[in-house]
Amino acid sequence: MAELKVTAIREGTVIDHIPAGKGLKVIEILRLNRPNGGVLLLASNVHSGKLGRKDIVKIEGKFLSEEEVNKIALIAPTATVNIVRDYKVAEKFKVEVPGEITGILRCANPNCVSNHEYTVSKFYVVSREPLKVRCHYCERTMEEEEILGNL
Amino acid sequence: MDWKGRDVISVRDFSKEDIEFVLNVAERLETELNEKGALDYAKGKILATLFFEPSTRTRLSFESAMHRLGGSVIGFSSAASTSVKKGESLADTIKTVEQYSDVIVLRHPMEGAARLAAEVADIPVINAGDGSNQHPTQTLLDLYTIKRAFGRIDGLTIGLLGDLKYGRTVHSLAEALAFYDVELYLISPELLRMPKHIIEELREKGVRIHETTDLEGTIPKLDVLYVTRIQRERFPDEQEYLKVKGSYQVNCAVLKRAREGLRIMHPLPRVDEIHPEVDKTSHALYFRQVFSGVPVRMALLGLTLGVLEGV
Ligand SMILES: [Zn+2]
Repeated sequence: MAELKVTAIREGTVIDHIPAGKGLKVIEILRLNRPNGGVLLLASNVHSGKLGRKDIVKIEGKFLSEEEVNKIALIAPTATVNIVRDYKVAEKFKVEVPGEITGILRCANPNCVSNHEYTVSKFYVVSREPLKVRCHYCERTMEEEEILGNL
Repeated sequence: MDWKGRDVISVRDFSKEDIEFVLNVAERLETELNEKGALDYAKGKILATLFFEPSTRTRLSFESAMHRLGGSVIGFSSAASTSVKKGESLADTIKTVEQYSDVIVLRHPMEGAARLAAEVADIPVINAGDGSNQHPTQTLLDLYTIKRAFGRIDGLTIGLLGDLKYGRTVHSLAEALAFYDVELYLISPELLRMPKHIIEELREKGVRIHETTDLEGTIPKLDVLYVTRIQRERFPDEQEYLKVKGSYQVNCAVLKRAREGLRIMHPLPRVDEIHPEVDKTSHALYFRQVFSGVPVRMALLGLTLGVLEGV
């Protein structure tokens, strides 16, 4: 892939096939918009055979935790994660929206007990396309926009 | 399904078999209660009623049920009189109260409070209303009332009237009715229509649904008319409330077109949706509905306590 060569990283993560326009959001939820020494690259609106247009995020010197991968799945369900070691893709996988989302999302219902008492938030995925989740506590459903606002 | 120790939090947690089982146990308890006057299945057991917001009717119904089962009751009826006022967490209140009791009935203004309480407590928790979310015992007693009046639920044509947008009671009743072969008429002002996602869910489950604003035209088709109150406090805007306030009133004139066997239900309290002249007609089922709360709650208390083996 041409653009990978241009801005190749020695070690780190390349998040590919992000829906066009969601790249910045990925950077935001992974809190990569803070200086940490490594190179961070965002390629936006890149031509893609699969998606038409896509975003790509490259992060030097960082590998993602399972929780971070799950967060990406919620906002960019088409994304693939490439783990790069010594300039080569050592591992590659597609993100997957888990059936249950624990701890990474806040409930959008201000009167939900999970926003007032000590709990670990928990949601069940009701539908993946479009993304819709139901709060384990208040049973309210949240759709994409609310989910993005509460990650 | 083993009921001992089970929590009763949401209609969503129930299968049709669960519902039928509870209704059957309630019926047997009601018969036995009529024969013997008092029962002693829950002798020595203590119910704690924790009402963080007042709901006198629901609390009295649970307390009556526990006394009729031979058990006793402790509890409070407003958060103001407890250490909650001092900032104690719900989880700590629950952990404390379970040291004093065998089953907890919880009413709380926050959605999800009962689910949280159930996770914290080792003893069964029964949800008596969590904010605008669930009130599962109301739904079960509604189904019980219908079943007792008609001998069945399948095959009935049921109208839900009034505030179908904000009404928690009609949402969960409709969801539970989806287990049965019923035809539903949703009668409401345009502004207060049943939320789309609920209608879609019901249609997916095969319920035949009709939406209408016309009560008089619909009433001849119905076996059950379930009336709800239009609650001022649910409206974000007073002007909106004034537009729909008093949209429908069920009175003897409207009922002229009804089937003889039509039965009218209402979760009560009512304001002016049902004229008092209807009370004396054979259509009125709403006071009987209040009574149904006792055997249904007896069944739930007895089952979760695990004391009903003989029934
Ligand atoms: Zn919630």
